[in-house]
Amino acid sequence: MRFYEFESRRIVERAGIPVTRYGFCTTSEEAREAAAEIGGPVVIKSQVLTGGRMKAGGVKFADSPGEAADHAAAILELEINGHVPRGVLVDPKAEVAQEYYAGVIWDGTAKRPMMLFSDLGGIDIEEVAESHPDHVGRGHLSSLLPISDFQAKQVIADTGVTGSELARATPILARLARMMRDCDMTLAEINPLARLEDGSFVALDAHMEMENEAMPRQKALLDELGIGPDDTREPYEPSEFERNVTAIDAADHRGVIQGRDHGFAGNLGLVIGAGGGSLTLTDAVRSQGGRPANYTEIGGNPSVSKACGLAKEVLRKDGVEKIAVMMSIVSNTRVDIVARGVIKACLELGKDPAETIAIFRIPGAWEEEGFRILERYGVEYCDRSVSMWEAAGRAVAKIQGPGHPAAAEVRDGEAAG
Amino acid sequence: MSILLSEDFTFIVQGITGREAVNLTRECLDYGSKVVGGVTPGRKGREVHGVPVFDTVEQAVDAVGFVPNGAVVTVPPAFTKDAVFEAIEAGIELIVIVTERIPRRDVAEMVELAGMRGARIIGPNCLGVIVPEVCKMGGIGGPARDAAKAYQPGPVGVMSRSGGMTTEISSSLTAAGLGVSTAVSIGGDAIIGSAYAELMPLFESDAQTEAIVIYTEPGGRMEAQLAEWVTDNQSRLPIVAFMAGRFMDDEEMKGMSFGHAGTIVEGKEDTATEKIARLEGAGIQVVERIDEIPDAVKGKLGVAA
Repeated sequence: MRFYEFESRRIVERAGIPVTRYGFCTTSEEAREAAAEIGGPVVIKSQVLTGGRMKAGGVKFADSPGEAADHAAAILELEINGHVPRGVLVDPKAEVAQEYYAGVIWDGTAKRPMMLFSDLGGIDIEEVAESHPDHVGRGHLSSLLPISDFQAKQVIADTGVTGSELARATPILARLARMMRDCDMTLAEINPLARLEDGSFVALDAHMEMENEAMPRQKALLDELGIGPDDTREPYEPSEFERNVTAIDAADHRGVIQGRDHGFAGNLGLVIGAGGGSLTLTDAVRSQGGRPANYTEIGGNPSVSKACGLAKEVLRKDGVEKIAVMMSIVSNTRVDIVARGVIKACLELGKDPAETIAIFRIPGAWEEEGFRILERYGVEYCDRSVSMWEAAGRAVAKIQGPGHPAAAEVRDGEAAG
Repeated sequence: MSILLSEDFTFIVQGITGREAVNLTRECLDYGSKVVGGVTPGRKGREVHGVPVFDTVEQAVDAVGFVPNGAVVTVPPAFTKDAVFEAIEAGIELIVIVTERIPRRDVAEMVELAGMRGARIIGPNCLGVIVPEVCKMGGIGGPARDAAKAYQPGPVGVMSRSGGMTTEISSSLTAAGLGVSTAVSIGGDAIIGSAYAELMPLFESDAQTEAIVIYTEPGGRMEAQLAEWVTDNQSRLPIVAFMAGRFMDDEEMKGMSFGHAGTIVEGKEDTATEKIARLEGAGIQVVERIDEIPDAVKGKLGVAA
């Protein structure tokens, strides 16, 4: 879960890292008051969970509280990459002598957190790593042993930073590293970390992401920030289809179903599973010219009503003409139960299963029972001797009509077989 | 031969009284695996399909009279780290973690302790390991009868980030008359105990294994690491890779994960396109269609398709 900048600032502050005296505001009037309290020139920043704020006009400078209020009013109305701002941050315009980067991320290969530091701050760290590799210091951390300041010192010193700057930056990076580990962050970045004219260091912007799986045990921190369990911060607003599938899944503990349709807009509904199988099948449909209407995952042996509910939601989607019911070989999920569920969905919506289900390809546990049911309703099915690729191709051929290349390939395959 | 497991391999099941663990235990016993004990705190004295249940791993070790070779851990995410630490400290050397949704800090701690004690972790979020007709450790392949149908002995080592696809691919290798030496469901999370490159040395020194098939997904650097390993070590084993989730390269899918927690495209290195290029750069054949795998392996082995 990604935090807003104002939350990230608070997290950084809690960790004992100095920040400027900022104000989070949701109205232009609050922004005026915050600017008056800060005194002097301020910067007003849109609070959105997306990059490119500056370019989009989401960051503006003001010399007076009145100007701050005007900018805040404009920024609060400004959507950036489809995101409506949660508020604005009013920050003193700092007298910066130099900008640095301090970050801690996971290194999946080393399976350890890794500290990153650069004396070229304010820009994307990946860019710096490419253009000035000698200006990026790196150091891995243990997950079991305490984090010592010297580890941070080494990373910073590797970039050539020395003198009082090294002494002042060291505890900041070490504290960031401890916070990252303790608070289950997947990413903890301060960029820029600024050295002010008086030699002190402050975090001017921060970006934090917490691992979703760890949110229950980080409840105290989330409560403190006022983040409730419903505040999931998906990269986009869930659609009606997605909300309905989530509700069906939550209503019945048997099995797990998931559904997505963000970025999909085709005519072939997919009732597919499980994790890897769904990825494989979605690719197979698209590679053969099919247009999936959605993405789903079925797993953990769902009940008939759950499978039925999922299939109904897929069938109800705009533009869906047929569904393809496909999985890799199952050992836990029962073929007959999914078969019953999808047939029930067709019947309850007044559709003929034989016409509506383009293909049923789920081999594995209880397949004989499942295939008998499908046969009774005239639904085309296949076992493991038909690959996932071929099953997807048959579904595409059916929905695109006989003139489609995928249909020709299926015919060729049948002729050859 | 095989990797990880062998004829006389013994293991315990931690969390054995859970619903899934009970099924898994029966499947493994039916397959001929030597499940010598189970652990669920507070359930000492019970039996699960004839397997004695203990409160602690230490009790299980004392009762059987030796340290079992392995442990399958299937306990809720909040308790997994403790269970794995318990197994490692008891001297168990191969730990399969079935549990999903474990925060990566916990996984990193388990992996680090395992490294200090000379233990190996497979998973989390995996179905385990199978050596056809020899031993099955975990739910991989399902009931013994189904596992036998999908997994027959042969020259191909299989590693997969998806548990279900491990069986799908192995089944196609079996149907093509090739068969499997050892299949490992390595897990779908961002951080796992044993990635492809970390299992390659084992396959490399296994006489039965003549080729490798991997199932891969977007997200992470595991494929790049494999490509580097293959190049650096001049591997004798031809590798065929299948990359699922190509659709995730679309701009609209950025920042979303599909299928497994580990599949999230954040940077350029995470994309399917980038991974395919890296694998191919190391001489690894990447097939686009899942049904091309058996013929690609036959091609590598010089067997007529």
